[in-house]
Amino acid sequence: MALKLASIFFTMILVDNYVLAKFLGICPFLGVSKKLDSAVGMSLAVTFVMVMATAATWPIYTLILAPEWAVGTARDLGYLQTIVFILIIAILVQLLENFLKKFIPALYKALGVYLPLITTNCTILGVTILNLDNGYNFIESIVCAAGAGIGFLVAMVLFSGVRRRVEQAIVPECFKGLPITLVAAAMTSLSFMGFGGIVTAIFGV
Amino acid sequence: MNPILMAVIVVTVIGLIGAVILVAASIFMYVPVDERVEKITAVLAGANCGACGCAGCADYAKSIVEEGNAVNKCTPGGAKTAAAIAEIMGVEAGSSVPMKAVVACSGTCEKTSKRFEFEGIQTCQSVKGLYGGDGMCKYGCLGYGDCTRACPFDAIHIVDGIAKVDREKCVGCGACAAACPNAIISIVPEHKRKPVVLCQNKDKGGETRKACTAGCIGCMKCTKVCHFEAITVENNLARIDQDKCKGCQLCVKECPVGVIHVPANE
Repeated sequence: MALKLASIFFTMILVDNYVLAKFLGICPFLGVSKKLDSAVGMSLAVTFVMVMATAATWPIYTLILAPEWAVGTARDLGYLQTIVFILIIAILVQLLENFLKKFIPALYKALGVYLPLITTNCTILGVTILNLDNGYNFIESIVCAAGAGIGFLVAMVLFSGVRRRVEQAIVPECFKGLPITLVAAAMTSLSFMGFGGIVTAIFGV
Repeated sequence: MNPILMAVIVVTVIGLIGAVILVAASIFMYVPVDERVEKITAVLAGANCGACGCAGCADYAKSIVEEGNAVNKCTPGGAKTAAAIAEIMGVEAGSSVPMKAVVACSGTCEKTSKRFEFEGIQTCQSVKGLYGGDGMCKYGCLGYGDCTRACPFDAIHIVDGIAKVDREKCVGCGACAAACPNAIISIVPEHKRKPVVLCQNKDKGGETRKACTAGCIGCMKCTKVCHFEAITVENNLARIDQDKCKGCQLCVKECPVGVIHVPANE
């Protein structure tokens, strides 16, 4: 069990990294990676919301939308998952914001504008949906979400370093700005392909 | 049961439960906010430039209300904003002279030259690390535009080898002054008649002349011509005391190398 969880966790960080292998959440990846501290802040907020969202959506899907006895019948509401999940994530983030504002103002200040921004972040929705597609149970889903969040953090931190170098380099006129950033992102993603199979080889799962 | 009806009911119920939770949360976890903070935030410039010394406009509004910060610190907003905030807070606005950046260097391409060709990372910071810069003068503008990149208002550009401030766009936030590795940019009150010495060269006159034809040589002519003892020469460099200066501009005409200018009229 522990081995499987560890395997899921590290697979999400290195092999199936949401940003660099699945290409979800590219918007914050390009938008917030300019400065290291804001990149870390955003990633931690994303990790936090990912885990919370998975903890809320997994039971709702398996208990209300598509309970085991209803699969295949007219009662199977699995097709509603996208719309219901977006609704739940939005409610959750709003609730979290209120909660932090009241009880942990320091954290609220540190997360700042990133908290409401991730309401509509596709990585959050992606994690919740792909957890169910992969047939993970509740614990596995939570571990998977945490791994996905840390993977996002790794990608953001790595890329903010890459970006600092790119900004200081002499770039051909036609590549200045976004084009060179996208090329750099593609190369960072390519380098992550090197991790393919490494986790399976280590854990033997 | 009709599956369509079922779907509608499920989504509606989840939505309603969420709404109830959020309403309850916003009542239960209500954080009282002074309404003056919101009003002040609305009248501020909203540029989040940090010229007031706070982290953004909302932060400044908060510090006015809670810590009694001065109301006239918003340079982009100017006197109008100060008056509006003063009205909300019920205090006197105080005078607000616009503060703008001044680049203390006159060494354009034709006045000075390069010691060597630099092909490294094209920033002032990195060229400064190589024998103190590629210009003949070690004190002047390096001309690689660290200030241009730092400016949030697109108000400073490299023109003819030196940084030039767009007087209209500059709000005096000081981002360029902090970015300049030679520290030649300063934020001074924008006075229509008071001149500033646009040079930072502290070498002796002869050395300065070799490096740049528009460099202060410390000849003391300006100190002699000034009736108000506003100009002093220290380390071979003239400096004008803005408090003592009356704006007669005799020094501007007297300066043999022409480095004394009134920035507001450029």
